[in-house]
Amino acid sequence: MKKILTIDKVKKIYHDTSGEIVAIDNISLDIYDKELVAIVGPSGCGKTSLLSILSNLEEKSAGKITFHKENIRMGYMLQKDALFPWRTILDNCLIGLEISHTLNEKTKQRVIDLLNTYGLGEFIYKYPNSLSGGMRQRVALIRTLAIDPDILLLDEPFSALDSMTRLSLSDDVYQIIKNEGKTAILVTHDLSEAISMSDRVVVLSKRPAAVKKVYDIHLTDKSTPIQNRKCKEFNYYYDQIWRDLDVHL
Amino acid sequence: MSTYSEEHKQFLRKRRKNKIFVHFFQIAIIVFFLAIWEISAQRGWINTFLSSSPSKVVDTFCSLWQQNDLLNHIWITVYETLISFSIALIIGFLVASILWWNKTIAKIVDPYLTVMNSLPKVALGPLIIIWVGANTNSIIFMALLISTFITIINIYSGFNSTDSYYIRLLQTLNAKKYQIFYKLIVPSNKNTIVNCLKINISMSLIGVIMGELLVSKEGLGYLIMYGSQVFNINLVITSVVILGIVSYVMYYIISCIEKKMIKNSS
Repeated sequence: MKKILTIDKVKKIYHDTSGEIVAIDNISLDIYDKELVAIVGPSGCGKTSLLSILSNLEEKSAGKITFHKENIRMGYMLQKDALFPWRTILDNCLIGLEISHTLNEKTKQRVIDLLNTYGLGEFIYKYPNSLSGGMRQRVALIRTLAIDPDILLLDEPFSALDSMTRLSLSDDVYQIIKNEGKTAILVTHDLSEAISMSDRVVVLSKRPAAVKKVYDIHLTDKSTPIQNRKCKEFNYYYDQIWRDLDVHL
Repeated sequence: MSTYSEEHKQFLRKRRKNKIFVHFFQIAIIVFFLAIWEISAQRGWINTFLSSSPSKVVDTFCSLWQQNDLLNHIWITVYETLISFSIALIIGFLVASILWWNKTIAKIVDPYLTVMNSLPKVALGPLIIIWVGANTNSIIFMALLISTFITIINIYSGFNSTDSYYIRLLQTLNAKKYQIFYKLIVPSNKNTIVNCLKINISMSLIGVIMGELLVSKEGLGYLIMYGSQVFNINLVITSVVILGIVSYVMYYIISCIEKKMIKNSS
């Protein structure tokens, strides 16, 4: 498989008047083309910081990030949908194109097609307040896909949803990512979600974050995330990762 | 509409009844007040030289109307108010934008804004007359002093309280600062700005009347001042009543605009 991204000894320190906090100590990781990598770790361990650094929202304190492709585009999907209430669903999805000045008939049609393909066709001229939480999050994913990113960064995209919506949406999102042939990095604190959706699970240590262990997920009869939970290896991974996380209250 | 259930009809009837009740008392209060005033005046319970009476107010209104300069006085006041209202809005929006853009400038000017906003501007009246001159300009200047600072503060705090999560979203899409401003900050603060119009129109009118009381040859504030100087209480009260109506009409127009804008956005 082809490497798309190399994270090499990345470090992140936050400063404020009361002192400094080392959020990320040393993370090195290779991401391969079209794979779905889940990153799990104790809460507050710096998972979001890592995504912020990857998407250039924050500066890293040390280390190197190498993209193995020219002009790589990152798509960042946030925890909450953050749809603008004064824009229609379509206009919400077009905002990324407007900002990068790449909105034209062709790119617009692509977004409309995406919305149609993923069951949002009848809502394109509706406003976000008429959609349910799961639908809104799906729109948020389409908004992320609209700029045609090479790598999707998913920052706990389901955590604001109720557990049933969450399950069915993780199935949908998985399908969408695979259909569109995207590379994705999924940050989550839900172990089942991580194991059932991803090709690899990266376990981070407590803050300051470092890579503790990496699991290649091999499931017999691998299919959709919901089905994957029934695979016989599922519990084994769950147990292992749970031990690695070493959660004590 | 006979498809509605009996319960729903009853609900509608109750709603209508309540509405009529409210309107009835709104009118009843003013009628009752005017009647008591008029009767007290006619029976000689109160001194009409000091407190006037509704019929005298009507007489004064008619004679002012016939002298043909009432409309002019009203227009002068409305004109001055609209001018300072518009200028205050433009300055307020621009300054608030600059402060949003540059947090350091905002921090520097913060104490000055607070002082200027809380200072009773009427205290500057004599200075304004000396600096700007005894003319319409100083009236508009006075109104601006009163309405501009509150406009700046309101719009700026609206800008600042924009959901930071929305800003983060735009940052993930690599938005530049100016894009965040016109794609997010301005549209998400439409309601703040419309609310500001409502405060601004009242403040401008207060400022204009204050200015007219200090220095003027025309306008409703002038009529009030003139009336009090020649001890013509009829004229004073008539002018105050007209002023009340004018301010209500201006406020009403603004709230119609507000309703229209909010309707468009939802």
